[in-house]
Amino acid sequence: MSEIQNYTLNFGPQHPAAHGVLRLVLELDGEVIQRADPHVGLLHRGTEKLAESRIYNQSVGYMDRLDYVSMMCNEHAYCMTIEKLLDIEVPERAQYIRVMFDEITRILNHLMWLGTHALDVGAMTMFLYCFREREDLMDTYEAVSGARMHASYYRPGGVYRDLPDSMPQYEASQWHNQKEVDEMNKNRQGSLLDFLKDFTERFEAYVDEYEILLTNNRIWKQRTVDIGCLTEEQAKDLSMTGPMLRASGVAWDLRKMEPYEVYDKLDFDIPVGTNGDCYDRYVVRVEEMRQSNRIISQCIDWLQNNPGPVMNEDHKLTMPERIDMKQDMEGLIHHFKHFTEGYMVPEGEAYCAVEHPKGEFGTYIVSDGANKPYRLKIRAPGFAHLSAMDFLVKGHMLADVVTVIGTLDIVFGEIDR
Amino acid sequence: MHQLTQFFDSLFLAELFKGLSVTGKYLFKKKITVQYPEEKTPQSFRFRGLHAQRRYANGEERCIACKLCEAICPALAISIESEQREDGTRRTKSYDIDLTKCIFCGFCEESCPVDSIVETRIFEYYGEERGDLLMTKEKLLAVGDKYEAQIAADRAQDAPYR
Repeated sequence: MSEIQNYTLNFGPQHPAAHGVLRLVLELDGEVIQRADPHVGLLHRGTEKLAESRIYNQSVGYMDRLDYVSMMCNEHAYCMTIEKLLDIEVPERAQYIRVMFDEITRILNHLMWLGTHALDVGAMTMFLYCFREREDLMDTYEAVSGARMHASYYRPGGVYRDLPDSMPQYEASQWHNQKEVDEMNKNRQGSLLDFLKDFTERFEAYVDEYEILLTNNRIWKQRTVDIGCLTEEQAKDLSMTGPMLRASGVAWDLRKMEPYEVYDKLDFDIPVGTNGDCYDRYVVRVEEMRQSNRIISQCIDWLQNNPGPVMNEDHKLTMPERIDMKQDMEGLIHHFKHFTEGYMVPEGEAYCAVEHPKGEFGTYIVSDGANKPYRLKIRAPGFAHLSAMDFLVKGHMLADVVTVIGTLDIVFGEIDR
Repeated sequence: MHQLTQFFDSLFLAELFKGLSVTGKYLFKKKITVQYPEEKTPQSFRFRGLHAQRRYANGEERCIACKLCEAICPALAISIESEQREDGTRRTKSYDIDLTKCIFCGFCEESCPVDSIVETRIFEYYGEERGDLLMTKEKLLAVGDKYEAQIAADRAQDAPYR
C-alpha cells in the first residue's frame, strides 16, 4: 500500500480572506492543519531603505503607507523618534491633537478590523455598519490634513496645521432637497471639534449595536471561542503586543506603562481578556474602541479651551509660518533651508514606540549627524503576530485559519514594509 | 435561575432575534448613502487632489522655477527645467509632474513660496493612454485657469492656519 501523504494547500496570495497579499502554505491532514507556513514579502517596497536617501521630513508620507489602516499612528512613532534625537519639545496643543488623532486612528483601525473579520467569519452586515462610522472619522482626517487616508499631518516638532474651524457641508442635489441636506449638515455647523464631539456622543450607541449583533451570537461564538488560544506565557514568548497580548490577560499598554505625549493626563482603562482566544480578542478590541472614545472626548474638551501653537517654534528645525516666509528675510531663508537641506540630526540612535492599534509600533533611527537617517528600522507588530501563525492554527480546522488571520489583524503594508 | 433564562434564551434564539432587530431598525431608517456621480460627499478645503499651476491676475504664471517642490518631492515625481526670459525673469522651460509616481503628500504645495503649484479638489481624472497622466506645464496651467476661483477661495480659507 502506498503511503498516505498530507495534502499541501496554497492559501492566497489572492485569497480575499488573506487580508492583502498573505501567502500561506498549509499542510493538511484531512481538514486539520498540520503546519502553516506564511510567506511574506509580496508587498515589500523598501521603506526602510528609501528613508536612507530622503531627508527626515520627506519620509513622513511613507510612514502612512506602512500600516495603511492606521496611518497617523505610524507617523507618530516616526516623528517621536526624530524629536527624541533632536531633543525638542512639542507644544502641548500639538500633543493633544496627536493623541486625539491617534485614538481616532485606533477606532478607524478597529472598525476596519471588526468589519472585515466579521465578514470573513460570515457576518455580512457588520462591514456596512463599521464603514458607516469610518466615514465620519475619515471626514475628520480629510478636514485636518486634506487626505482621507494618507494624511502626512504629523511633523517632527508638532503637527502641520491647526484644526479647522469649519466643516465642509453637503449640497442639495436631485436626490436630496435642501431640507434633507440641512438635516444631513446638522452636525457640520460648527468646527471640526464640534463635529467630533457629536460623533463621540453617538459612537457609544453604535458600539452597543455591534455588540448586539455579535457578542452573544451563537454562530460568532462557535467560530471564535477557543480558537487560537494563547496563554499569558505563550503570548509573551511569541512577543505579542497590543490587543493580542491583552486578550491573554497581560495588562500591558504603552500608553499606561511608558506614557508618551499627554496620555498620563487622560483617564482611561485597559481592557484585559482571560482566555486569550479569538473571542477575547474581539471583546478586548471592542472595549478599546469605547476607551478611545473616552480619550477623544477628553481631548476635545481640552482643545476647545486651550488655543495655542501646534508647531515647535525653532525654525531651524520646523517650517516657519507662511506669513513669515513671505514678509521676513530670515523666514524665507528658513523656509528654503527646510525644504532643500532639511535639518541635521545629532549623531546617535533612538528608539520610540507608540501603542499602535495593532500593538507596539516602533521606529529605531541611527543618525550619523546628517540630514538623512543612516538607518531606519521599523518594528511592526504585525510581523511578530504573523510569526505565531503556525503555533496558533496547528490542530485547528481549515476554516479556523481565516478566523485566526482575522484576529491577528495583520496588514501587509507594515509586515513587508 | 440564570441557567433557566439561558436555556430559554438559547431555545428561542433570543440573541439572533435581537441582532435581527438591529437590522430591522435600519431597514426603515433613512439611508446615509449618497448617489455618487450626481451628488458628492462634502470635501474639505484642504483636499489634496490633482495638481494645478496658478497665474497672477495679470496672466503671468506664478512659478519662478525655484525648484523647492522638486527638491522636497519624496517620490521624485516633479522635474523642472528653467530658463531666463528676455525680460530677465526666471521661469520654467518645462514643469512635469508624473502623476503615476506622485503620492499626494502635499509637500510641493507646502514648499511653494509663490503659491504656484497647488493641489486642487479634483479627484476624478483618468488617462486613456500612456502619457496622459504625465502632467506638463501646459496641462497644469490649464487646470489652474479652469479652477482658479475655487483654488483661490480654498487658499484664502486655509491661510490663517498655515
